[in-house]
Amino acid sequence: MTRLPRGLALPIAALIAWETSGRTLFQPTDTLTRPSAMAAALVQAGMDGSLVQATAETLAGAAIGFLIASVLGTAAGIVLGSSRILGGVAGPTVELLRPIPAVALIPLGLLIFGFGVRMEVMTVAFACLWPVMTVASAAVKGIDPRLIEVSRTLEIGRLEQALKFILPSIFPRLFVGLRLAAGVALVVAVTVEIAANPQGLGYRLILAQQNLRPDLAFGLLTWIGCLGWVLNRGLVGVERRYFWRFAPAKRNA
Amino acid sequence: MKADRLVIAAGAGLFLLVLLGAVQAIAELRVVSPVFFPSPLRIAEALYRQVAAGSIWSPLAQTCARMLSGWLLAVALGIFVGAVIGSSANLASYLDPTLEFLRTLPASAVMPIFILCMGLTPQMIVSVISFGALWPVLLGSLHGFRSVEPRLLEVADTLELGRFDRLVKIEIPNAVPDILSGMRVSLAFALILSVVAEMLASVEGLGNNVLLASRSFRTSDLYAGILVLGVVGALTTAALGALERRLLRWR
Repeated sequence: MTRLPRGLALPIAALIAWETSGRTLFQPTDTLTRPSAMAAALVQAGMDGSLVQATAETLAGAAIGFLIASVLGTAAGIVLGSSRILGGVAGPTVELLRPIPAVALIPLGLLIFGFGVRMEVMTVAFACLWPVMTVASAAVKGIDPRLIEVSRTLEIGRLEQALKFILPSIFPRLFVGLRLAAGVALVVAVTVEIAANPQGLGYRLILAQQNLRPDLAFGLLTWIGCLGWVLNRGLVGVERRYFWRFAPAKRNA
Repeated sequence: MKADRLVIAAGAGLFLLVLLGAVQAIAELRVVSPVFFPSPLRIAEALYRQVAAGSIWSPLAQTCARMLSGWLLAVALGIFVGAVIGSSANLASYLDPTLEFLRTLPASAVMPIFILCMGLTPQMIVSVISFGALWPVLLGSLHGFRSVEPRLLEVADTLELGRFDRLVKIEIPNAVPDILSGMRVSLAFALILSVVAEMLASVEGLGNNVLLASRSFRTSDLYAGILVLGVVGALTTAALGALERRLLRWR
């Protein structure tokens, strides 16, 4: 508990220094602002509903893309991880596609889907696919072989084996991959909006910059930072609460 | 076992060829409009045309220069700041929450702020790239300097090692693996941010090329550009991986 107040000391000191120098040393201009003006702009955007709408647009794009990538990535990871031959044969192709930066797909999405939520979802899904797939495939390889033998003796179908045996046993490790992918999803969604797509928080941010509203731009940036922080904190919390006993180090104990 | 591996490698090559063949067939049959989905041969042709005309080299060099300069700046700053914070538990307790907040901030979202303050200048682009690429190196370095085995420090105490010897013989070797893996993540970030910055600022480079190709419906150039960006990402990561293996051979 003693860590939190100490950690808050620096941001609070910085904000006070910024605010006082903004009131005494320099006047707000097209590029400079004060924390109080920033907060006021953010509150105003919250009151007129534009902030809520933009947040909903960004989160929707990120969430849909993330869900598509989670389902596809988990399925592909299980398939590639459970067979050495399949993994070896398809692996190099995956390794060829993986280094493509997701943002390079923005123009392609623009061409195929035009502006809107679909091109954003496509880019987010592409970016999130790889971390989920890699973690799922590695987790399947780490399953106790005896568990697979048990499922074989039960003579159940492949799909049932994947759903009832493999998925539950890889889930704790898979969750780490999903958490990383969720962070990526938010970042990519905002990036797509900044680079091309006229919707969501990223677009509002770039509009604020073009309209020379530094107060709103800084406010939105802080808001996006808070969203990312809360998302990460929440998922780490879920992981610690539910999956700590599956952590690799303790599994053998 | 070795023959096994050869068969799998051959299978991998075959898989890629069959996949490309299938994509080619789908494109030839025009299941999807060629405007959205050109055949692999047409993409290869576009790429060959760009290489033959020499029009690919300048944007490629620009993007790589931008990416590497931002990345190197981030690496230098990240290692140094990480080392300072990581060596002092007191300092870390003040800075940790702030660092955690800044780390989760999407670097591309900082770009409008940088544009406001610095304008659409080359310096702005390099600053944004290094801001985004900073965090993985910084956190890697911080972790590396913080996680020194306490018993090693006790040994250092018994040997009465000076501050400098401690740094060179114990702390830096301990931090190098973490720094290197941070550098690898940073490099990927640097490439992403170069592409986004080029699109936003409309400066010459591979990212801008891809956007221009999309706007004028030159689809095969668009796919060729995406391919080149993938190759740049793969090659730089592989080069860093080779460096990593070399430096960490002692482990």
